[in-house]
Amino acid sequence: MDISVTVNGERFERPVEPRRLLVHFLREDLGLTGTHIGCETTVCGACTVMLEGRSVKSCTVLAVQADGKEITTIEGMASNGELHAVQEAFWNEHGLQCGFCTPGMIMSVDQLLNDNPSPTKDEIRHGIEGNLCRCTGYQHIVNAVEAAAKAKAGV
Amino acid sequence: MIPASFDYSAPETLSEALQLLGDEEAKVLAGGQSLIPMLKLRLAQPARLVDLDRIPDLNFIAEDNGTIRIGAMTTHHQVESSDLLAENCPLLAKTAAHIGDVQVRNRGTIGGSVAHADPAADYPAALLALEAQVKLVSASGERVVALDEFLVDALTTSLEDGEILTEVHVPVEQAGVATAYRTLIQPASGFAIVGAAVRLGVSNGNVSFVRVALTGVGSKPYRASAVEQALEGGPANAEAFAAAAAHAAEDVDVLSDIHASAAYRASLAAVQTRRALEDAAGSA
Repeated sequence: MDISVTVNGERFERPVEPRRLLVHFLREDLGLTGTHIGCETTVCGACTVMLEGRSVKSCTVLAVQADGKEITTIEGMASNGELHAVQEAFWNEHGLQCGFCTPGMIMSVDQLLNDNPSPTKDEIRHGIEGNLCRCTGYQHIVNAVEAAAKAKAGV
Repeated sequence: MIPASFDYSAPETLSEALQLLGDEEAKVLAGGQSLIPMLKLRLAQPARLVDLDRIPDLNFIAEDNGTIRIGAMTTHHQVESSDLLAENCPLLAKTAAHIGDVQVRNRGTIGGSVAHADPAADYPAALLALEAQVKLVSASGERVVALDEFLVDALTTSLEDGEILTEVHVPVEQAGVATAYRTLIQPASGFAIVGAAVRLGVSNGNVSFVRVALTGVGSKPYRASAVEQALEGGPANAEAFAAAAAHAAEDVDVLSDIHASAAYRASLAAVQTRRALEDAAGSA
């Protein structure tokens, strides 16, 4: 069936099979490979994107479910050559080791800070519980989230 | 991890959805957080998915005459962050906050979770303690049944072919009743190994009202009547809670798996029940 999806502000119309997963649609049909596939079993969060402004695991959404809806992927976070505040904080705090989980981690952190602009350390760890870093580099990720919260608040 | 082929419909009305369900080997798609993983593993291979997401009347939380009605497509995130529920049915809101992770709560729905009937799902503990009912609609009518009757066994409910679960009903919490939900989760999946939900009313140091329900212990979540009977009318103190909680897995065929043996799970049931009773007493 034909679907029409707005991704990072741009509208795309494509035919898809109903069984096509959103993550495969984004990566293979639209070429947006910033969204990673880790476990493909709703566990690791590497494939996290925003669907209608809420973070979702795009390996556990069908592309047809996104018909007529708005999606933001990691490619849509920076604007006019400027990194998003969360990206900037991950850069400054080195909130990554191998970087594979980073796109999904950044989308989840964006969700967290939208819901709770000044989270405690505990709230940060709870907020990113749906994202796994196999390098186990969580401490710097938590530092990056704190830095992003401060940057967004203008502190 | 690609599902087998299926047809897909996204009707905009409930009557259209009911018609589509009657046609063939069709399955209802709610938030998809259990069904899509099953499709990918090919544990489910329906000929057609009927997606309820485009039906506008299935996503709401409303209170009417002491009963709170929650539309089947209301997400766990919406339940967790609802002011109406925080004030009038805090047990359900705090239980929703335990489910999966943020992304799963953003997609997963209360109707989907209840109809899926996973024996380790979080909601049923709270819903059984709340004596919740579910509304089931078919082309020929509708019925409201107690959740306890709706849940039959692991992944098995009394939902009939051609029926859709459209609403979950819970009561407005009574004045003076405090609630708690305690769970030990399996960290990788976020599923409860054991979860215990408690509603507790205390009057002059004695238990005047108590409801206890557990999930994850047996093949279906259940009301722990033996715990309730041991507490009713007696003192509300730590010794009484511990003694009563020891009955948490009484007469239950306790599950055993790689995460917890039956003996450990039964012990966890008592511990989580005792802690939930203490939490509720502490916040009363």
